[in-house]
Amino acid sequence: MPIDKRVGSAAEALADVKDGATVLISGFGGAGFPNMLIRELVKRAPKRLTLVVNSATHRLSYTHELIEAGLVAKVVCSAARGRDKDLSPFEKLKKEGKIELECLPQGTMAEAIRCGGAGIPAFYTPVGVGTDLTAGKEVRSFKGRDYVLEHAISGDLALVRADTSDRYGNLTYRYAQMNFGLAMATAASTVVAEVRETVDQPIPFDRVGCPGIYIDRVVVAQGVA
Amino acid sequence: MKPLNRRQMAWRAAQDVEDGSLVNLGLGMPLLVSDYLPEGRDVFLHSENGVVGVGPIASSNMADPDLVDAGSRQITLRAGATIVDSAWSFGMIRGGHIDVTVLGAFEVASNGDLANWDMRVPDKGPLVGGAMDLAACARSVWTVMEHNTRKGSPRLLEKCALPLTAQKCVKRIYTDLAVITVEPQGMVVHELVDGLSRDELQKRTGAKLNFAPGCKVLVTPDIADTETE
Repeated sequence: MPIDKRVGSAAEALADVKDGATVLISGFGGAGFPNMLIRELVKRAPKRLTLVVNSATHRLSYTHELIEAGLVAKVVCSAARGRDKDLSPFEKLKKEGKIELECLPQGTMAEAIRCGGAGIPAFYTPVGVGTDLTAGKEVRSFKGRDYVLEHAISGDLALVRADTSDRYGNLTYRYAQMNFGLAMATAASTVVAEVRETVDQPIPFDRVGCPGIYIDRVVVAQGVA
Repeated sequence: MKPLNRRQMAWRAAQDVEDGSLVNLGLGMPLLVSDYLPEGRDVFLHSENGVVGVGPIASSNMADPDLVDAGSRQITLRAGATIVDSAWSFGMIRGGHIDVTVLGAFEVASNGDLANWDMRVPDKGPLVGGAMDLAACARSVWTVMEHNTRKGSPRLLEKCALPLTAQKCVKRIYTDLAVITVEPQGMVVHELVDGLSRDELQKRTGAKLNFAPGCKVLVTPDIADTETE
């Protein structure tokens, strides 16, 4: 059967999400948030999710809606600070002990996801040695410098944003849209891409930012920026 | 004695950025450094989100929501710029390809320890971002920072009190009062503002200061201060 990964709606793309899933969500700095898919996930309301997302509180990402809806048991991220003096919904849940947090240096998180998709179970990094964030983690010295052992991250589902896709799931990105999305697309059992538009012609090989072999479903963004 | 304002501190740090270098600027005051790079120095600015060659902030008619830096500012690209993904961007950082990172700091210790990510505000969520990666792995780590807290306590210390970002990483410190390097023997002052005595500077500092043989007056142009975004 000819491959065609394009599906008609976000609901169709996320029909099989399960409670307890680990969900990777792309986006950083305002670009690359799969906001339509996040909204659909809020609607489907799976319970006890673990989110792997750079920021739990970025104002332009709808990630916080998942958290506010009480669907999230744990967040793995590099940033979770609310913008205001008052506590954000995440910070309140954290204070009440209703949500678990694992904070990682951003590069450690990116590399952990890359490794998760590349068959590397763990890696040593010099980042975070001697800091609170790596307390209790194994430290090993190579050539006179200390490194901390970090474990790969993979997930059940990745939601990633891109600009265009062809039927094969090949993705193109606009500007800084790629950020975590490329690594995340390699590191989850099911990968759904939200794109501005799908194209009928195959995307020329030298324009492809993410090979379609990593992508399971593609859905066109509607109702979000 | 007149302390430097934020833009003057950024100006002073900018004078030391070498031609041809790849530089990452932290949020806040460090970003101002890009406004004062001396003419003729062709510098690439790296941002953690993967932009290699950050250009000026986009004017409102040119702004594109997908063209942003790590601080969510809508930017432009400079000539020769490229964009990579997060894993590669941090591979650049850890791999030692960033020549200089200029960071803000709460505290710096005389051995170069840096604390700049956690103020221990009760119940607020953490925000480490790429600070630890940059501090641990850039080839040279500089800080621009007020010499003292608003209450007047020193930020340059024998040992940091706040949680560390990275150990023994800071090489240069640009404050509103002085330019200081971190050497094996501790902090060495190279420039201090006019009208401030060495004793007075030492009193405002929580670490023992050494003074370079050629220690001179810290001179900057008059630049009006503005609030940063």
